[in-house]
Amino acid sequence: MKPHLTLDIRALPSYRFGHRSPLWWGTLGFIVIEGLGFIFAIAAYFYLQNQNPDWPLGRHPGLLWSSLFTVLLLLSEIPNTWTKRAAVALDLGRVRVGLMMMSAVALLAIVIRVAEFTTLNVWWDSNAYGSALWVLLGLHTAHLLTDAFETFVMAALAYIGPLDARRFPEVEDNQAYWDFVVLAWIPIYITMYWAPRWAAGAVL
Amino acid sequence: MNRAAAILAGAALAGCSRNPSILLDTAGPHANEIQWLFWLFFWVCAAVWLCVIGLLGFATWRGLRRWRDTPAPATAPAEERRLVAWVSTGVGLTFAILTLFVGASYAVDRKLISLDSGPTMEIQITGHQWWWEIQYLGETPSAQFTTANELHVPSGSTVKLKLRSSDVIHSFWIPNVAGKRDIIPGRENEATIRVDRDGVWHGRCAEFCGYQHAFMGLTLIAETPDKFEKWKASQRLPAAAPQSDEEKRGQEIFETGPCGACHVIRGTSADGHSNYAPELTHLKSRSSIGAGAAPNVKGYLGAWILDPHGIKPGVHMPPNLQNADDFQALLAYLETLK
Amino acid sequence: MSPPDIEVVDDQHVPRDVDVPLERLRDHLDNTWRLPPGLFGWLCSIDHKSIGRRYIVTAFIHLLLAGALAMALRVQLAFPEQQILGPDQYNQFFTMHGTVMMFLFAVPMVEGVMIYLVPLMIGSRIIAFPRLNAFSYYVYLVGGLMVWASFFLNSAPDAGWFSYPPLAGPEYGAGKRSDVFAQMITFTEVAALAVAVEIIVTVLKLRAPGMSLDRMPIFVWSSLVTSFIIVFSMPSVVLGSTFLLLDRLVGTHFYNPAEGGDVLLWQHLFWYFAHPEVYIIFLPSIGLASHVVETFSRRPMFGYPAVVLALISNGLLSFGLWVHHMFATGLPRLGNSFFAASSMTIAIPSGLVLFCWLATIASGRLRFKLPMLWIVSFFILFVMGGLSGVMLASVPLDLQLTDTYVLPSHIHFVLIGGAVAPLVAATFFWFPKMTGRLLNVPLGLVQWMLFTIGGLSAFGSMFLLGLSGMTRRVYSYPHTMQWDTLNLIASVGAWLLGLSFVLFTINILWTLSRPTKAPENPWQASGLEWSLPSPPPIYNFVLAPFVSSRTPLWDSPGPLPVVGGLRFDRREVLVTTVVEAEPDMRDPVPEPTVWPFIAAMVTSVILIASMYAPQPVAWGAIPFAIVMVAWLYPRRMVSPPAASVGPQAHQA
Repeated sequence: MKPHLTLDIRALPSYRFGHRSPLWWGTLGFIVIEGLGFIFAIAAYFYLQNQNPDWPLGRHPGLLWSSLFTVLLLLSEIPNTWTKRAAVALDLGRVRVGLMMMSAVALLAIVIRVAEFTTLNVWWDSNAYGSALWVLLGLHTAHLLTDAFETFVMAALAYIGPLDARRFPEVEDNQAYWDFVVLAWIPIYITMYWAPRWAAGAVL
Repeated sequence: MNRAAAILAGAALAGCSRNPSILLDTAGPHANEIQWLFWLFFWVCAAVWLCVIGLLGFATWRGLRRWRDTPAPATAPAEERRLVAWVSTGVGLTFAILTLFVGASYAVDRKLISLDSGPTMEIQITGHQWWWEIQYLGETPSAQFTTANELHVPSGSTVKLKLRSSDVIHSFWIPNVAGKRDIIPGRENEATIRVDRDGVWHGRCAEFCGYQHAFMGLTLIAETPDKFEKWKASQRLPAAAPQSDEEKRGQEIFETGPCGACHVIRGTSADGHSNYAPELTHLKSRSSIGAGAAPNVKGYLGAWILDPHGIKPGVHMPPNLQNADDFQALLAYLETLK
Repeated sequence: MSPPDIEVVDDQHVPRDVDVPLERLRDHLDNTWRLPPGLFGWLCSIDHKSIGRRYIVTAFIHLLLAGALAMALRVQLAFPEQQILGPDQYNQFFTMHGTVMMFLFAVPMVEGVMIYLVPLMIGSRIIAFPRLNAFSYYVYLVGGLMVWASFFLNSAPDAGWFSYPPLAGPEYGAGKRSDVFAQMITFTEVAALAVAVEIIVTVLKLRAPGMSLDRMPIFVWSSLVTSFIIVFSMPSVVLGSTFLLLDRLVGTHFYNPAEGGDVLLWQHLFWYFAHPEVYIIFLPSIGLASHVVETFSRRPMFGYPAVVLALISNGLLSFGLWVHHMFATGLPRLGNSFFAASSMTIAIPSGLVLFCWLATIASGRLRFKLPMLWIVSFFILFVMGGLSGVMLASVPLDLQLTDTYVLPSHIHFVLIGGAVAPLVAATFFWFPKMTGRLLNVPLGLVQWMLFTIGGLSAFGSMFLLGLSGMTRRVYSYPHTMQWDTLNLIASVGAWLLGLSFVLFTINILWTLSRPTKAPENPWQASGLEWSLPSPPPIYNFVLAPFVSSRTPLWDSPGPLPVVGGLRFDRREVLVTTVVEAEPDMRDPVPEPTVWPFIAAMVTSVILIASMYAPQPVAWGAIPFAIVMVAWLYPRRMVSPPAASVGPQAHQA
């Protein structure tokens, strides 16, 4: 029985960028899931604040390293966007440079993050305030580490290969995930470092 | 051991044991309001269920009638319009019934709130694993007293209950009287009750709280204001001094042994600390021991002291093996705590 | 001008599926899509049908085991003051029953059905991210094994299936019991979240050309909405259970009021997930039931747009109900009233779906086959449960009814009637497609009678017990409460229900031992999956179907229209656009691989070890990272790599 052929799609390519790629949707799905995790963690922080009239229950966490981290992340959007554009243009040379830059950024961010942990000024097991701060920072750090590792691997892959055009949408996705790491940090930073100060009556 | 007989005997001693229903034997206005609401919901819901099953039967009959027909590619527009009308009616009726329900619930809720005003007394109830600490509050410290597992209220009075937990989540519930209120550690919840009918009403913990959640019972006794005042006055007094030598020896054993570390008896040296265990000052005035686990008679009291886990496995009270003379003395003393 | 290091191969001259005769094409596809042999091949499989079957079989085993626990519970409660199960055992038994049923049976079962059916229904060869799919199954499998191992080691969770602190917290929850519960959540939710993302991407990007959103089968819509519910609700419980583990293991104070924490924080985080969870279980079930109703009424579903909107509304509304589980906790009255109104409102979309079914049946040409009997049970049992749910939505009424036996009555009526009955109907309905055999009808009839009568007696008696003041989660009750008769009836009903599942199992096993003789489309259903052989080959469709209606097999008599142009010398699937399902891309599919299995084992070890100490999370990250690199590292394509590169190629 001859099949009733309506269309022939042999000319279609085997990679796409952005929302035309299934992988993009998958990455978006995981960003949404992890973003919701952050949202619930922030909600839990404010819920606990609401239950405790004398919030915060300890010293404020240090502003120096956290603000440095924030500035670094915001500035990293410049090389990040550059790398994304290089990937969409299928420019291997610039993608290699971009991935090396982003790897350096990620490494620096991790170093600053370690310093940040040492200036939280309250332990996770002191009280619920400490518990909330540590979990918020810990969750974000997990994402930072994951994307850093992925960036390192992609940078290595960009030199070692095997390479075909399908790798470029993956670079774009990875850098989109870095956007998420940066974007998610803003509300967490405000919640952790500014909300306790505002609750205690500090003026900005 | 024959717990069945124990409970039966206890019930006989405690007076009539009613089925703690929310529908039959309502004892106060809260339960009455909710009972009314329940019957409204029940009859409407029953009618809805019968209707839906009837519709299913009707639809099946109609569909079966045409099973020999060839499937049509699309249903005739006239029939589709009729079906739209039917389905819309169904949805509209559903909406109307739900509106009725929301309205009735709201009305009852407002009524219940209005019942909460003007309480004439306050009782603080602390939930423990697996017993109830009941403290009658008063204007002066000497007017306050604590008992356990049995609550007396004057009938017709509005009573405010302050609910606290010493450990895990419990829930205060006397079905014939009112809806339940959870007891949450770290918070003080409140509930207001009014019992209009004299009698013995049974309650129980209604939030799973561990091993003996099943047997964390509560007895509420509603009595005339005179009787209540008499009861309150006697409860305020410290424990009667022991008379016989055996009873005195029993008190000494209580004070110097492990008992006094957890249990309080006002008027002895086992006083002044918190209630880690039910207060025993007027132990024999209560109808049961172990929060309803066994009747409050000498034999069961003795068995409980020797090994509480034989009656209520998992309770926090350890077994207390003693020599026969000491044991009899202790029992004799406890029997005087009316 | 293409950069030098990238492989540039133009595969436009490679032969495509329509360039060879159909029989040769089948041989090629059999070869290209084959698995390695033996156990290794089984571990490497990333075929959605295989993984779906594993989910279904594993979930079914959990159903039987948890059901056996329920039989034991009802033996203990059949008579007052029995001591067959002491309080500690009883508490483990009832906690395991609820926990296993909700987390290890109900959700994974609907996941398995979605994984199996959705790609077939949309005309695809694969589920999106097939390796992740395999990974999710192994994680689920080990999580389930861990829970049952804890049971047989007398260390099962014992604080109820919603595990409230402080009872489940560090001070009152001794041993590892509640840690097992909390970590089980991690196992099952990791698996479920992965499946949800796969289903969403599958439904949005892998539909057959021409299957626009308004031509999708109802079960595919159910699956899509359910997957969104999973994505938006599960992070809450994962976070909450992580807080519980941290409180118990490293001394945080999330739920400790003495140090600023709050006991109710757990309840909010848990119920924010667990209320939508029941819709995760319910929506796929009514999707399945809709197919049964439509097929045997032999007309397209009446009010398809309304049914789809009802599914979406149910999904959205389900997020606004959770406080109705907390009416007795003393929250502000205004909040309670809002949640009471929203809880009543959700009855409307469910009612709409039922009315559309009735309209379809009434205006159809009804062929009353065995699966339809289960739809009858759905009406009888689920509507009863739904109406008791409306009672519970009223705050004053709830304050009397909650935490009594009215609750088990309500939840079992809605679950047995609203989820299990449709799943059984679906089993009878799709069994011939999955296995090539038809289940035995007389045995099915007896099963149905036991199920319906048992369900009504068991849960009807429980409703009356709740009205008589019997609280739930009690290991025994005194004779003086006059609850004896109702408890005995409930126990007998439960045993009849249990017996029905024994018969079901016998039916399935016996039928599987018989030869495959079922016709390809025994019910003359309309979906794409019914055009395939029974069971379908590993690559599903020989040629990608082209869809131009909601009920393709009813509207295209004769050979199905198809789309050609995919390669057969490597695994390839057609990717289409989100709304109109226009062809957009040829996506290479990964080869079968054992890395998902290995990754799942590494993950499981980390999760189990971290119930005892926090360090495994840190150390375990290293092997996990290595395995993930091995899993995701690109391989050279077996045949010449794809990818035309250069500006002109990706502007197609």
